[in-house]
Amino acid sequence: MSGNEDATHFEDLPLEALPLDAWHRAKGARMVGFAGYHMPIQYEGIMAEHSWTREHAGLFDVSHMGQLTFSGEGVDEALEHILPSDIKGLKPFRQRYSMLLNDEGGILDDLMVSRLGPNEKGEPAFDGAAIYMVVNGATKYDDIGWMIDYLPDEVVMNHMADQALLALQGPEAGEALATLIPQTADLLFMQSGPFVWRGVPLWISRSGYTGEDGFEISIPAEDVTLLADALCELPQVKPIGLGARDSLRLEAGLPLYGHDLSPAVSTIGADLGFAIQKRRREEGGFIGHARVMKELADGPGAKRVGLKIEGRLPAREGAKIFSGAIEVGEVTSGGFAPSVGAPIAMGWVSLPDSAEGTALEIEVRGKRIAAVVAPMPFVPHRYRRKA
Amino acid sequence: MSRYFTDEHEWIDVEGEIATVGITDYAQEQLGDIVFVELPAEGTTFEKGDDAAVVESVKAASDVYAPISGEVVEANGALEDEPALVNSDAEEDGWFFKLRIADTSELDGLMTEAAYKKFVASL
Repeated sequence: MSGNEDATHFEDLPLEALPLDAWHRAKGARMVGFAGYHMPIQYEGIMAEHSWTREHAGLFDVSHMGQLTFSGEGVDEALEHILPSDIKGLKPFRQRYSMLLNDEGGILDDLMVSRLGPNEKGEPAFDGAAIYMVVNGATKYDDIGWMIDYLPDEVVMNHMADQALLALQGPEAGEALATLIPQTADLLFMQSGPFVWRGVPLWISRSGYTGEDGFEISIPAEDVTLLADALCELPQVKPIGLGARDSLRLEAGLPLYGHDLSPAVSTIGADLGFAIQKRRREEGGFIGHARVMKELADGPGAKRVGLKIEGRLPAREGAKIFSGAIEVGEVTSGGFAPSVGAPIAMGWVSLPDSAEGTALEIEVRGKRIAAVVAPMPFVPHRYRRKA
Repeated sequence: MSRYFTDEHEWIDVEGEIATVGITDYAQEQLGDIVFVELPAEGTTFEKGDDAAVVESVKAASDVYAPISGEVVEANGALEDEPALVNSDAEEDGWFFKLRIADTSELDGLMTEAAYKKFVASL
């Protein structure tokens, strides 16, 4: 028997340990190499962890991700050059989904960007920086190199390598976190702010990668074990591995960089045009603008779509998609969806075949299986948008 | 009846000329939640080492090889409705397929249970 663990081998460099490495192992995690780190793929099992997160609250260690701050004169203008999103209009404590584009409009990474602000006592977060950004772990060093080339000298980018990141996700995440930090109850989806827990400064946003309500908590690496323990002592919370993180985000219709998104594809084709606000589309002034405008006018060549699959055989990344005899695309993420109870996939198909309801076929090990272009998310989002 | 094992984490029960093949408890544990098993059709013949079945976990697809040469005489239909049987009972009810053994001398190269246990402990 031979397996294909879906672990990214990171340029053959030795894997590094995250701050919670020993904690994961003590919790019985199976560790794999991912984005250059030893990371927990599962604890008790992907299905059980997936269901737990949909019903209660799951704790994910996402400390492999890159946490950056930006400060200095002209920081908004500088970031509006390298991000297609509205940064000038981003209010303090608000977060936005954005991406880095190359000159051809291809996607170099997707990310979250937020404007920092002081706490109630007027004390600044992250040494008084203006902007906080979270980028993907596997791409963080490339991102940093790319941005350095475009940022003016007055703007300082700081990679907070000593900062850990936890995600607490699920319908009981709000209740769970409020038992430790009552003030977090007031946060709404895509809001963020500074908090203090046992004297430790935290930056918490109400967001995540599962489609559920939840939080992402930035905390100094030296304090993260204490917080992970305190959270997992709560009856609602269990640790969840990368395996369930992937099945949860796929059901939520959220793309995974390096799989569903890459430098070969565009924002509009990826159906991520919402990240480019009206003013930015009209005014331009960001890297990759020409591609965005062209595709808004003429349509992209291909689109990222959801695919519902007939039967129980999963279609995995790389499987070719056909309309009759013609190859029209490729699966970029796929697997069994525990909350749907069937296999689902995300893929790129040519524009004429991308309409919801289009019947297609996917080739798996020489056999054709039936698939239908389906709306995403596959499982409804349950973000907390109103108090 | 004698039970043999392979270093590809399969078990083989031999009764007369028929061999029943499955994956070991260690293998199912490594794979995690199994959601689909693709089994060979009756009458298919395999050479030792051929791809014989595919087991799909939530995360990945893995090939199962024919541990010996032979002709498929039966596949475990129960796995179609309940692939998780491989997780819950890998070494009994979660069997994959039965082969009519082509060459009994191939059994000589397989491991005993004690040897397999030692092999797994060394991983």
